[in-house]
Amino acid sequence: MTDTTDEPLLRTDRLTRHFKIGSALSRRTLHAVDDVSLAIGAREIVALAGESGSGKTTIARLLAKLYQPTSGEIYFAGRPLSSIRSRTDLLRYRGEVPVVFQDPFSATNPVFRASHGILRALTLHRPELSRQQRYDEAQRAFEAVGLAPAAEIMQRYPHELSGGQRQRVGFAQALAMRPKLILADEPVSMLDVSIRIGLLNVMADLRDKQGVSVLYITHDIASARYVADRLIVMYAGHIAEAGPVEEVLARPRHPYTQLLLSAVPDPRAELHVTEETDKGEPPRVIDPTPGCRFRWRCPLAIDECHSVTPPLRELVPGHSAACHVARADAATVAFR
Amino acid sequence: MSMPISGVSTAGPAGPAGPEPATGAPAGPAAPPATRALSRMARAVRSNRKATVGAVLLGIFILVGLFPGLIAHDNPNADAYAPRLGISTAHLLGTTAYGQDMFAQVIWGTRNVLIIAFVAGLATTGIAVLVGVAAAYLGGLWDGSLSLFTDVLLVIPIFPLLIVIAAYLHGGTTIVLILVITVTSWSYTARQLRSQALSLRNRDFLAAARVRGERRLYIIVVEVIPTMTSLLVACFLTNALYAVLFASSLQFIGLGDPNTVSWGTMLYWAQNNAALQTGQPMWAIAPGACIAVLGAAFALLNYAFDEIGNPALRSVRRTRVKRAG
Amino acid sequence: MSSVRADADPQPPGARGQAGPVLAVRDLSVAYAMDRGAVLAVDRVSFELYPGEFLGIVGESGCGKSTLLFAIAQLLASPAAVIGGSVDFKGVNLVGMTDSRLTAVRWRDMSVVMQSAMNALNPVKSIGSQFKDAMKAHGVTSADEIAGRSAEVLRMVGIDPVHLKSFPHQLSGGMRQRSMIAMALLFTPDLVIMDEPTSALDVVAQRSLMVQIKNLQAELGFAVIFVTHDMSLVSHFSQRLMVMYAGQVAEWGATRSVFDTPRHPYSIGLMDAFPSIKGERVPLTGIPGRPPDLSRRQQGCWFAPRCPQVMAVCTETNPDLYPVRDALVRCLLYAAGADGAGADRAGADGKAGGD
Repeated sequence: MTDTTDEPLLRTDRLTRHFKIGSALSRRTLHAVDDVSLAIGAREIVALAGESGSGKTTIARLLAKLYQPTSGEIYFAGRPLSSIRSRTDLLRYRGEVPVVFQDPFSATNPVFRASHGILRALTLHRPELSRQQRYDEAQRAFEAVGLAPAAEIMQRYPHELSGGQRQRVGFAQALAMRPKLILADEPVSMLDVSIRIGLLNVMADLRDKQGVSVLYITHDIASARYVADRLIVMYAGHIAEAGPVEEVLARPRHPYTQLLLSAVPDPRAELHVTEETDKGEPPRVIDPTPGCRFRWRCPLAIDECHSVTPPLRELVPGHSAACHVARADAATVAFR
Repeated sequence: MSMPISGVSTAGPAGPAGPEPATGAPAGPAAPPATRALSRMARAVRSNRKATVGAVLLGIFILVGLFPGLIAHDNPNADAYAPRLGISTAHLLGTTAYGQDMFAQVIWGTRNVLIIAFVAGLATTGIAVLVGVAAAYLGGLWDGSLSLFTDVLLVIPIFPLLIVIAAYLHGGTTIVLILVITVTSWSYTARQLRSQALSLRNRDFLAAARVRGERRLYIIVVEVIPTMTSLLVACFLTNALYAVLFASSLQFIGLGDPNTVSWGTMLYWAQNNAALQTGQPMWAIAPGACIAVLGAAFALLNYAFDEIGNPALRSVRRTRVKRAG
Repeated sequence: MSSVRADADPQPPGARGQAGPVLAVRDLSVAYAMDRGAVLAVDRVSFELYPGEFLGIVGESGCGKSTLLFAIAQLLASPAAVIGGSVDFKGVNLVGMTDSRLTAVRWRDMSVVMQSAMNALNPVKSIGSQFKDAMKAHGVTSADEIAGRSAEVLRMVGIDPVHLKSFPHQLSGGMRQRSMIAMALLFTPDLVIMDEPTSALDVVAQRSLMVQIKNLQAELGFAVIFVTHDMSLVSHFSQRLMVMYAGQVAEWGATRSVFDTPRHPYSIGLMDAFPSIKGERVPLTGIPGRPPDLSRRQQGCWFAPRCPQVMAVCTETNPDLYPVRDALVRCLLYAAGADGAGADRAGADGKAGGD
């Protein structure tokens, strides 16, 4: 009997992905993800937050096995993904770790009805079901994500559904495969604000009622706070900070997290506009030298930051940051 | 994918909002996408005047090709009549220098031309789809080699190549003509379809299919190609048109089988007998005009499919809105 | 049916002592000619904008805010057309003006910043040559003047003038948007219209850009109309706020007023749809239902099907804009007579306020 509390549902170990760019004459390497070690447990929503270029989408694709890692390993339920060879194994993994995509308008094939994807998914992943059983399962999944009346909506074509409805279809498709972990790549960023909450509630429901974990990739910290249990902040391919979401937001240790939080517009906060010097340009990490990748924008950078890449260190139980300057006992270091 | 641009376009996204709710969604099993695509195309053809004209013309030719005996009562090959007769009620177009009824020849020749048009059109488009879409979707080395092959064929001028191959085969039957045309014409369409498939490649629904666990062949055939139906139909029409022109040209220069009844062979015989100089203009004009009209029918039909692909070309036939100021 | 009472217009800060509004939109209506009939995308919108003022127009997809913007800038193309009302820019009505007369106004006095710079900038020309095109189109011929002004506007937005030689794809998203803004400022216009200029940017770049816009506005004195779906973004920067729904003005007033005490149930719902990073973590519900299909005109308020405070009369009567203290609200809760009770009720329901 394995001790399931020790081994998280999904774990990465120094996951790295590089891309070769440039012509044959001047080959350079883009470091999209470097040395990322994260863990996702059962029945939890982990938010992976960062700006564009931070590597969060690349991580999603690595976990979905759309890319192969340059180095490092991904372990799902204790088993390394590189050991998946046969089509059966791969299919099983894909059923346990499905993906929900960002753009509802391009994630559904316009030629088929809304039921197409989910019925195909059921055919592939639960072949023991009869045709009628598949149809019933699909209906159940649609209802579980709030698409009612399910039978009627399943008959519609994508262009007859709103963006929010299409994203729910995406979640239903994932749910039908009886997943353990759903990779949600910015599922609400292209939806209207008043509809986002509905989808975020669907995700929370999936965790609470269906016991599914979700990796929620986003650039919107507020929505991450609303729905996630833990928050991982990424910057330039590295993890900058990780920990329980309330803890990270209340006591951010990494200067980048602090910058991010100060930039989030909050209508309920006081009106104040200060001299803004940070232009918000996340770097393209090409052939980087050792050292913290945030050092050029960091007001707290010390000598060590320019020569030694800070490792992700646990400062307080459960809360880690990759920063030489961060200290466990420090009060929130003011950014300005 | 970038944010949807809110702005003014013919589809009016910034104004009237939201999709309409499905009114009468058909109950029962989903109609296959082919039926839906067909009805969409039928609607497009009906709403475009040029395309409707083309459809009607093509329809007439098809009817003639299917039931030539009903329209022309004479045997096109029988040299049963007096040669070089002019137009009369007995012989609507007159007779050839061999005493054959020209009208019968034109009518019966329709069948041959249509067969070439449709079969060569389908074959050309079919090969182009396989090569173009596979190249786009498989990428990498597959794309490299397939594209190289396509490009090499593309660079060689089609018509001289046609002549060379046909001559090598010592002219030939209709089958040979179809083969020769197909082999030389698919490359252009393959290039077009590859571009289109490439632009679709990053659509999330393809990644979604892959992540669902679908095999690559399934994705190409079931997910990619159906989204390209209008382009495929447009390519088919273009290829059919060129097949008619190429086939007739080959027959005209004698590389077809001179004994087949076809418009191109009529031109061949007319040329051999110096029809225009000897006062039998209909021998050349009739088949020539038919080739032109059939070609025009295909070209006109194509307008409807241009519009499906590019809504901005749609002619505005909507309720007028009175402008202020 | 009158829609706005000028005397009820909240007094904007920039208006004091100025000559008059730089932009006065009155009863502007825009319709799209669709197969099924004309669809009203903008329904009798009126407002005034004073020099140096920052106006935020907020709404979700389909509310008509972008159409409104295009109508003001006279950029509508078939099948959309202005069917009523006027757009008085510095006293002159732009609606119906010929292109040649509009050219004089465009870019010199009024400029537009589009949503996605990558789509608005020419990808095959360098930034500098696009600036040159813009200036030449408006009669500036001296090469020195062009070079000088181009460098100057880039510096104004915080970009090193060396980037005049760069192509759009060589710049980051933030820099592209800034160069769009720089281009809009070439002739120091009196009004700059911006259609969601920050939506493609990350939160830090977005904040930085907003601050930059505000600083430039303080320095150069132009008025700004800023269209966005993100209410929280404009909350810190705009003086007045207009909330749009189904092509109509739903609520309109001083920004702080609309934020602290939203009155229209849609505004209340919209405010509540933003999870906060501070304060208590409370479950939110957003606004149930979907935006209405504008091609199906119905009696009564457009928001009635989704409104948590709907009354029987809402499906029969089309609401006007009613004044409520310093705001205008298109809601029957505030119709004359129900004024006192309605205002209090909405005030209590809306905004748990504070942390």
